[in-house]
Amino acid sequence: MKNLKMKKEFKVIADLLKNDTRVLDVGCGDGSLMDLLNRDKNIEVRGLELDQDNVQQCINKGLPVIQGDAETELHQFPNQSFDYVILSQTLQAFYEPERVLKELLRIGESVVISIPNFGYWKVRTKLLFFGEMPVTKTLPNTWYNTPNLHMCTIKDLFNFCDEKNMNIKKAIGVNEDKTSLIKRSNLEIKNLFSKLGIFLIG
Amino acid sequence: MSVKFENIKRLDVSKPLKLDCGKTISNFPLAYETYGTLNDSKDNAILVFHALTGDQFVTGTNPITNKEGWWVTAVGPDKAIDTNKYFVICANVIGGCMGSLGPRNINPDTNKPYGLEFPVITIKDMVRAQESLLDHLGIKKLLCATGGSMGGMQLLQFCATFPNKTFSAIPIACSSSHSAQNIALNELARQAIMADPVWDNGKYALKNVQPKNGLAVARMVGHISYLSEKGMQEKFGRKLQEKADYEFSFNADFQVESYLRHQGYAFVERFDANSVLYITRAMDYFDLSKQFRGGLVEAFKNQKTKFLIISFSSDWLYTTKDNKDIVIALNASGADVSYSEIITDKGHDSFLLNEPEFLKTLKSFINTMYEKFKNEKRI
Repeated sequence: MKNLKMKKEFKVIADLLKNDTRVLDVGCGDGSLMDLLNRDKNIEVRGLELDQDNVQQCINKGLPVIQGDAETELHQFPNQSFDYVILSQTLQAFYEPERVLKELLRIGESVVISIPNFGYWKVRTKLLFFGEMPVTKTLPNTWYNTPNLHMCTIKDLFNFCDEKNMNIKKAIGVNEDKTSLIKRSNLEIKNLFSKLGIFLIG
Repeated sequence: MSVKFENIKRLDVSKPLKLDCGKTISNFPLAYETYGTLNDSKDNAILVFHALTGDQFVTGTNPITNKEGWWVTAVGPDKAIDTNKYFVICANVIGGCMGSLGPRNINPDTNKPYGLEFPVITIKDMVRAQESLLDHLGIKKLLCATGGSMGGMQLLQFCATFPNKTFSAIPIACSSSHSAQNIALNELARQAIMADPVWDNGKYALKNVQPKNGLAVARMVGHISYLSEKGMQEKFGRKLQEKADYEFSFNADFQVESYLRHQGYAFVERFDANSVLYITRAMDYFDLSKQFRGGLVEAFKNQKTKFLIISFSSDWLYTTKDNKDIVIALNASGADVSYSEIITDKGHDSFLLNEPEFLKTLKSFINTMYEKFKNEKRI
């Protein structure tokens, strides 16, 4: 189930990208997304990944990967050296998400980020009716072991981008297999019913 | 030291080689060894560059020392660099003492061993001297080139000097230039040799002797730098060498002393003191960015070679930062680069040891590169 959902997210991300481009996948995990982009869209991929086992798996797949920490090591990538920089479900885990996002925009012409949506109705009800920090499929960790330091909602990210003059070219809400475009006009409702928000910024 | 070099593979390089120091060498011997078989399409060749005290005998039994090859952990049948599948080549560097032209060879001008008459060589000279070997073996493009420590430096130089001569490259635990600390340690090794009266300004070979004490100390310095503080503490601690208590003498009471003495004095049996001077000098002069206007990024410009840089977390000789600087330069030049830091307490020596994560990474990278190389050739 988790794997299927992952694949949905990756498929949405893949659809956002043009063929034959250069992509940096920050926090590329085991390289599944890079592999997909490389095979289906002839995209030249590079990955940045902290975990040794994941790095190993990328190398097994023949995917170029640099072992390193995105929080501190994005400086190694030159200005505008990629068409896209992807950050999948990790923005909220950085100490300084704003600085990281600015770095991504320096490196790539466009940035694709996905966030687990804290505004999703099940998350809200969990907190509202049970008075507990929500644990869901998209947010599987408990409060004491979550890597997420800066949880936000889709609406928060919209407001953030407005405030920082970052242009959201496209925003997509994902709930299981269903995807839908998010605009200012339907933001409240999408913020309630999307498990995941995917943004193309740049 | 008398060794028999008759039966080792040697290429007489006739093409004159103008060295960085300005002198030219020609008709010089380049000793090498190969393992495995070169396939018909000649796309399975892997060139290995050896480190400071290494030689061409990468695996199996070294016929000169009768000891195991220096990289037997990584190279051999079914190993990370599988000699059932790949054709592995390694040449002894010039300046060395395993059959390639070095300070122990006879200077044709004087009919005596070169000693300090031998020209000072550089990493670039070493690498350029090895180019003819690939021609000799009929290899247009290597599948992979690799090397650790000074071997990694040679590899970086190789990629910069002969761009795209190898499909992939794995520099391991190295640096694009020697740091002050690197130079200081090498200087310590050289001073130890030169302080030995037997050294006699490098002319000891005339008397058929070797400055053993100085050379052994030089080797001990090296060995300390190859281990990490933690690794050394775990391996030796304050353990005593086959005794219950201190002897109240200057004998090797501690295991670590005994280890260093053993390493030092084993080394003098197989290595030439002047070679240590020349090779360490070459390492100290190494500064790849200095060779290219625009620095390291320029050195790697237009590289199609696929790189994998590997460093070891506890290596303080060629640190993770040194290795990452290479990654940064390759990234900035747009090269295809991967990087992995292996977490280990074993220090710089890790690349020679049985480090499972390291060997696994090495193996999978080479195997995927082989598939890609074959595909590329098909297209």
